[in-house]
Amino acid sequence: MEKHITGVAYVLGANIDTDQIIPAENLVYSLSDAEESKKYGHFALSGVPFDKAGLPDGQIPFIDGENTESEFTIIIAGSNFGCGSSREHAPFALEKAGIKAIIAESYARIFYRNAVDGGFVVPLESESRLVSEIRTGDQVELNFEASTLENKRTGKTYSLNSPGTVLPIIEAGGLFNYARNEGMI
Amino acid sequence: MGMTITEKIMAKSSGKDKVSPGESVWLNVDVLMTHDVCGPPMMKIWQNEFGTNAKIWDKDKFVVFPDHYIFTANVHANRNVQILRDFAEKYNLPNYYDVGTERYKGVCHIALAEEGFNIPGTVLFGTDSHTCTSGAFGVFATGVGNTDAAFILGTGKIWEKIPESIKFTFEGKLPDYLTAKDLILQILGDITTDGGTYRALEFDGNAVMALDMNERMTLCNMAIEAGAMNGIIAADETTEAFLNSIGKESQEKFQSDANANYYQKYKYNTAEIEPLVAKPHSPDNRDTVRNMKGEKLTKCYIGSCTGGKINDFVSAAKILIGKEVKVPTFIVPASTNTAKQLEIETYKGISIKEILEGAGCVIAQSSCAACLGGPDDTFGRAVDRDVVISTTNRNFPGRMGSKQSEVYLASPLTVAASAVSGVITDPRDYLV
Repeated sequence: MEKHITGVAYVLGANIDTDQIIPAENLVYSLSDAEESKKYGHFALSGVPFDKAGLPDGQIPFIDGENTESEFTIIIAGSNFGCGSSREHAPFALEKAGIKAIIAESYARIFYRNAVDGGFVVPLESESRLVSEIRTGDQVELNFEASTLENKRTGKTYSLNSPGTVLPIIEAGGLFNYARNEGMI
Repeated sequence: MGMTITEKIMAKSSGKDKVSPGESVWLNVDVLMTHDVCGPPMMKIWQNEFGTNAKIWDKDKFVVFPDHYIFTANVHANRNVQILRDFAEKYNLPNYYDVGTERYKGVCHIALAEEGFNIPGTVLFGTDSHTCTSGAFGVFATGVGNTDAAFILGTGKIWEKIPESIKFTFEGKLPDYLTAKDLILQILGDITTDGGTYRALEFDGNAVMALDMNERMTLCNMAIEAGAMNGIIAADETTEAFLNSIGKESQEKFQSDANANYYQKYKYNTAEIEPLVAKPHSPDNRDTVRNMKGEKLTKCYIGSCTGGKINDFVSAAKILIGKEVKVPTFIVPASTNTAKQLEIETYKGISIKEILEGAGCVIAQSSCAACLGGPDDTFGRAVDRDVVISTTNRNFPGRMGSKQSEVYLASPLTVAASAVSGVITDPRDYLV
């Protein structure tokens, strides 16, 4: 995995549930067909109420028009990101849309597992509340080794929590790679 | 220090004498369940990762229920059911319950119970967040995604962190105006949508142990709405009687030790609890029905794994008997067995089905239907600025369809009382 990720931030509030990440009516599309699965990128975060899409001001579309990828590559969010359903389509949709990492105050268990075990996006926890520190559109740099996030606009650096016991799975790029490395399968 | 039920089951499943919260273990899985939304991508991952010689670890332990997007013209949704059908045929799966056949069951969590897959003391994983429903049987049951499920399908194993437990004790007789739905809404308001994250919710007390299996399932079902890993109730004579009625029996009935450690303990007296709603747009946005009285509605909905079991319809019938609904009221029996029970069970000598139809409710075939919105032609789906009161489990923005809609979650008693008056109404106004 990449040790440094630089990107443009998209800021969301707390309790972003899986229906906001990928509304349920879209779950009918194939995740394995290269062309059809782009729809997941197109519909990623389409369930977020528009006034809360891209904080602090809101009303910033995550995906422009008919695009299937976003200009934003790092999500900054509040607590309990990914609560709700078990749909792995959620971290998949974010990866399809071009998201490289998520930095939230906390995660719902199944979303976190899916993001890590499926190797879709790196979910990291911030030590402090970043939603009021970072604005949608800010350039940010994630330093995975130092566990820090820098806001290039303000020059401020923030500490992130270590992923702890799941770090080897993140580094392997997912559960299957990890299990193969360990000789489990 | 003793262990909780959850810790005891996980210790047994991971081959250890003792486990402690925070510890990661590899569990041996007893049942893996999937459905039409997550089954197809899960099966694809399994095939890709294990290659052409991919083997299912134990076919008897793999259960597939198409249930989410069933009665729809959506070609992609129908294609997903076809993928399940083809997979079941190719691998000769014994536990596949196909749409359009006598075997079709409806919503997976209720079907798991009815088909005897919830065996106390075992470990059950499913590709659905409401898999925690099976905890009502003293099962460690939790939801996972497609990758984790594909891993289980090939190996029978999965890693899990031992959760801390929170204990909720309800004492007293449950008043006739309350159901298990009110109890879980009470809890959600108290601990919020992430108060249970990575934790087990354990329910006990004489009010809980007096509940039948359907009501116990309602309680465990919404553990996920607090972010919990699982919900659990110790198996007892009620559990055993249910199992015996379908020709099954317990493996091992675990009880939490008196000196087990809990992260938190909550105690409730049922006499002090009022009929509750969760207001838009979160299951923890609790208020009393009385405070919301008079809120105008455009739709009422009784269905889903949470609120579409026979007990839910019997509760609704107690209020709907001899009355007429003022707003469109949609009924979705969770399982095909529930649909049959609607014709058999009676209240005051009239079948539940007759009471519901007599009141002007529309009854659909069993499936998840509008609980999660679904394709445009889904029965009961929220459209435009609908204001819905529903017995389902989530009311996040857009959950039942339209992003502009507003959804109140409540018990079947409250939904029925509200249907009759067209505005949010306390069931005590009708229960005399």
